[in-house]
Amino acid sequence: MSTLVPKERALLELRDVVKHFPVSRSLSEIVRGRHPVVRALDGITLDIGAGDAIAIVGESGCGKTTLGRLMLKLTEPSGGAIAFDGAALDGLAGESLRAFRRQAQLVFQNPFDALNPRFTIYRAVAEPLLNAGIAKSEHADRVASAFRRVHLPDLERYLDRYPHQLSGGQLQRVVLARALVLGPRFLVADEPVSMLDVSVRAGILALLREVRDAMGLTAVYISHDLALVRYLCERTVVMYLGTVVEDGPTAEIVRNPRHPYTRALVAAVPVPDADQSRSPLPISGNVPDAREPPSGCRFRDRCPHAFARCAEEVPALRTTASGHRVACHLDG
Amino acid sequence: MAERAEPLPARRTWRLSPGVKRLLAMPLRDPFAFAGIVIYLAFALVALSADRLAPVDPMEILFTKAGKVAANMPPSAEFLLGTTNLGRDIYAQLVHGTRSALAVGLSAAVIVATVGTVVGLVSGYFGGWIDALLMRIADMALSLPFLPFVIVLTGFLGAETENIVAAVALLLWPNSARVIRSQVLSLRERAYVEAARVTGANQWRILFVHIAPNILPLSFVYAAIAIGWAIITEASVNFLGFGDPTSVSWGMMLQDAFSSQALSRGQYAWFVPPGLCIILVVVAGFFISRGYEEVFMPRLRGR
Repeated sequence: MSTLVPKERALLELRDVVKHFPVSRSLSEIVRGRHPVVRALDGITLDIGAGDAIAIVGESGCGKTTLGRLMLKLTEPSGGAIAFDGAALDGLAGESLRAFRRQAQLVFQNPFDALNPRFTIYRAVAEPLLNAGIAKSEHADRVASAFRRVHLPDLERYLDRYPHQLSGGQLQRVVLARALVLGPRFLVADEPVSMLDVSVRAGILALLREVRDAMGLTAVYISHDLALVRYLCERTVVMYLGTVVEDGPTAEIVRNPRHPYTRALVAAVPVPDADQSRSPLPISGNVPDAREPPSGCRFRDRCPHAFARCAEEVPALRTTASGHRVACHLDG
Repeated sequence: MAERAEPLPARRTWRLSPGVKRLLAMPLRDPFAFAGIVIYLAFALVALSADRLAPVDPMEILFTKAGKVAANMPPSAEFLLGTTNLGRDIYAQLVHGTRSALAVGLSAAVIVATVGTVVGLVSGYFGGWIDALLMRIADMALSLPFLPFVIVLTGFLGAETENIVAAVALLLWPNSARVIRSQVLSLRERAYVEAARVTGANQWRILFVHIAPNILPLSFVYAAIAIGWAIITEASVNFLGFGDPTSVSWGMMLQDAFSSQALSRGQYAWFVPPGLCIILVVVAGFFISRGYEEVFMPRLRGR
């Protein structure tokens, strides 16, 4: 399947995962018995080994956030299977679901919305402990050590405050502390710095990296920003309109992108030198409507290299000589 | 968590959240709401000490020293607001009427707010068939004409005050349920609700700990509105003569005055005070709801 499949079993396995969202039907569609859907994810197969840090990159609307939510069982797939540590997410309920929740956590895009405005910081960070049934006497200690992990000094200053009294960077540290307080194995970070001031982004990124190394986390970073991903992840998965178009080592993807879409993404990474001449982006237009994706290759109507076969045949995700996976007829 | 943390001092487990504090501090900032609360407190005081303020039985037929029925007496030191055409003390009726008005208003408010909140929460949070079912029932209740329905219902079940309250509650809960439902629909998509799920909170905890406190001010708004509606409705039913003739209420007083042609005799002291009382209580309810609306929708503040 892929050269990236690790020797031992992957921590998270996705097999042909499909997620369709029903859209409201018009009268004529009801009469004709049609069920239009948004194809948010169409056949994602992915293995994430224990301790890996992988990035999922793509434009807004490509399904990357949906993929992250599926990995955490915050929504159910319409088809395919997801397994965490060998157990199908599908079958988790009651105690097994609670055990999964203790191990898999999420860092949110918008820290201003990720904390209940009526909860003090202490209560917010202690909530996972409460839900996991950990004795109250242990809460204060565990909250304190989670706070140390995210480098929020002066504990006493924060614990009794409410979210609106903290800055974005502080809030994101609190959100991370809440995610770490149970000592999880798996962390999904959905655009963890996109809502923050540029000045605090680097600090949060460094913290994510540090925490991951210190706790040996398996991490998935969802982002639209290849530059950020370069810093955090050894492996990158590029998505386009609900499908994986390229998957491989980040360095390889940045230096030697194979898929025309990945090339466009790499070309779009900002360059610090304003005088440097830049070639125009090789692609134009917008992501097509996910209700009616193009036939064959989903990228073909924006692809500068599209040819007849692209409209007829869906390109399979093939492993290339350089050791990564690409879904493009040119790379056949 | 390898590193050893120095223990934190013991934490107080319960404290007023900023929302509750705002709820309690609201009347101090909004002069209308403050006036509303003062009016309510005054009426509540009157209702509680009615027997002391007016020791005369409001339904007792009084006699003059000459042994005649003290009918249609003008206001005097003995009968502060005069007497009715049957010789009953109007002041005593007015004071004792406060009790039934507040009882009707408050019990209707509690029922409307409770039913509306629970239905709105369940409907908005769980969605699906239960939402569809509850909202179609709400549509049906909303499509009933208000006063005719109350009259018909009290006609079937009897004109007791409890039945009027039940009828009002039956008609008013859908308004609050629908607004609360729409608020829940938006709250349940908030990231912190998802965060609660991902940290393992069960759905009841999410619903009652994370969502419900945010819609409580709305419940208060609808409770305050229901007070006014219930009192108006009870007065209307009594005024139209479908009420319980043995119970003392402001509406019953207006009906008595109307049917005995008090206006033509110039007995203003008979029907002006109960009318004013109804207006005061209803307006006070709307003032309070106005204040809570501002707590709930901060954008309204300062306008």
